[in-house]
Amino acid sequence: MQLSLMLFMPVVGAVIAWLLPDNRRRPLVLPLFAVIHLALLCWVLVVTPPASAGGWFFLDPIGKLVMFSFSILFAACAWYAVNYLRYREERSNRILCSALLLCLSAMCLVSISQNLGVLWVALETTSILMAPLIYFNHNARSLEATWKYFLICSVGIAVALLGIFFLAYSTIVAHQDVTLLLSSLIEDAPRLNPQWRHTAFIFLLVGFGSKMGLAPMHTWKPDAYGEAPGMVGALLAGGLVNCAFLSLMRVYQIAVATQEAATFQNALIVMGLLSMAFAAVFMARQSDFKRMLAYSSVEHVGILTLALGLGKGALIGALFHMVNNCLTKGVLFLSAGNIHRAFGSKNTAVVRGAIRWVPWSGALFLTGILAITGSPPFAPFVSEFTIVSSAFTTGNYWAGSLFLVFLAVIFIGMALTVLPVVLGEPPEREEGSAEPYRDSFVSVMPLLVLMTIMLVFGIWVPQPLRELLAAAAGLLGGGQ
Amino acid sequence: MDALADQFLVLSLLINFIVLGTSRLGFAVRAVAIQGVVLGTLPALIHPFSWHIVFIVVLMICAKGVLIPWLITNAIRKAEIKREVEPFIGYIPTLVLGAICTALAFVFAKQLPMAVEHQDLLFVPASIATLMTGFLVLTTRRKAISQVIGYLLMENGIFIFGLLLAGAMPVMVEAGAVLDLLVAIFVMGIVMNHISREFSSLDTSRLTMLKEE
Repeated sequence: MQLSLMLFMPVVGAVIAWLLPDNRRRPLVLPLFAVIHLALLCWVLVVTPPASAGGWFFLDPIGKLVMFSFSILFAACAWYAVNYLRYREERSNRILCSALLLCLSAMCLVSISQNLGVLWVALETTSILMAPLIYFNHNARSLEATWKYFLICSVGIAVALLGIFFLAYSTIVAHQDVTLLLSSLIEDAPRLNPQWRHTAFIFLLVGFGSKMGLAPMHTWKPDAYGEAPGMVGALLAGGLVNCAFLSLMRVYQIAVATQEAATFQNALIVMGLLSMAFAAVFMARQSDFKRMLAYSSVEHVGILTLALGLGKGALIGALFHMVNNCLTKGVLFLSAGNIHRAFGSKNTAVVRGAIRWVPWSGALFLTGILAITGSPPFAPFVSEFTIVSSAFTTGNYWAGSLFLVFLAVIFIGMALTVLPVVLGEPPEREEGSAEPYRDSFVSVMPLLVLMTIMLVFGIWVPQPLRELLAAAAGLLGGGQ
Repeated sequence: MDALADQFLVLSLLINFIVLGTSRLGFAVRAVAIQGVVLGTLPALIHPFSWHIVFIVVLMICAKGVLIPWLITNAIRKAEIKREVEPFIGYIPTLVLGAICTALAFVFAKQLPMAVEHQDLLFVPASIATLMTGFLVLTTRRKAISQVIGYLLMENGIFIFGLLLAGAMPVMVEAGAVLDLLVAIFVMGIVMNHISREFSSLDTSRLTMLKEE
């Protein structure tokens, strides 16, 4: 009942947004339904809804964490969108508003699916809905970004579908009833046909990996994140990444219950470190600060994958980092959007001294960068520290050391790009030019809320969240 | 019936090579459409009659044989291009690569054990060969339309494997998957039309504005 409400309310909102003729008032539908969604979220977090008949839909602790993170992010983006779309009145926002709300519904479906088939359908739906969002600006650059994004993600997700088929076939070969239900797959995992199971894991890792943007399948990310409007970038880096990571965690749940758990975990560690290495290389000397954020996203999916591969104590770190990355990326993309608008450019040669022109956004951008690079006292520091200390205590010295080296390189690379953008000498303002964009309450408030949450979580993790994290990590580490 | 099914699969393997070897886009689209229809009739051959199977057959033939080819042909007509010129890798080398991929698919399939009822059938090699051919077309051609054709081939490869599971999968999942893939093609078609309007060509090698400096 609660779950179907969560799925259908955004759809209702999308239909309303589609039918409203007024381009000025239409964006108001977004915060309205975001608030309704938040209320429903509180309800399902407090009272866990029962599983649906057949066990296809159930909100388990992992799903709860994913839903918690993207719902808050969506609310911030919805609030921000009202102001953003006021500046872009010349363009119709009918498709944008409807697609955003439909995407919210699809992301909810991802987080409650306990059937791999349904999970795949929902994940593919989110990818399709993101295409018109990335193309919002309707120019040659956004067109190129959309084409690359859509082609690579479609191929990736098609490969993942084949992986799911292989997994289903391994049940046939092992003379079991064909099922895609997560709980039965986990239970039967050791008895599935090993060759098919192994092939399935490879296909699923590659497929969901390209959706997450793990290196070397990350090439669509800088283009898509760079060209999409700020709030769409935030939803891509926070919402979609978390959904894809959730899918990977579902595969992980099955994989750790089998005899090849160690192989799978090692593959995750290698892919995670590779992504971090790619990010560290491309982050340096980046001349476009939105593309830099995309590489930061490549880095953080790398961290998440690495932590999943390390297992044990790092699992809590992985789950917590998923939440932190999602909310911090919200701050970064939204403030980068404000700075972009104030300067009319996202090139670091033009954008200098943002803190003088848009003081709030500039300061929040800098704070967000500090948080995402793992500086205390923000929450990503806590989660990254959990991961790295677990790496060393479990004897993964190489992985732990490389992790620290990459973090340091990335910190320097990001600081070199960001410091002039925020604190440098601003360019001369041309005489008689139009009144530039200024920070306003609506464009800054959602960022401030997200940043505050990150600060609070960095200092003190509330007891319910702590319990939720522990329960989710318990589910993930089931096989050990 | 199984022998007939195998012959259909061989036919679809041959169509892979036709797509690899032709530069005429309209011809390639028709070839993929025929492959779609051939594959669409397969469930009826290997599974006993049920409404579920009828549903899959009708859906596949309508989608792959009629709707999607019509969409792409439309895009070709609008963009007024007929041929793929200067692919990244020539036709003869891609044909050779395609042959190698097909051979590798057979080797790979030998490694995997099959359920008793599917022994000695060509499903697995045909599926993987078609998938790899699609990937080859996708990565070696310049035109957006060719890339979509490559994606369609990949989808067909996945569908071939899915046939082994038809009947065992819940209808909702199947319908959802087919619908999603259809919408994906539809979106690609729309983006393609925008590309041809914006760049007055469907040459994706012109999409080079976004790169590292």
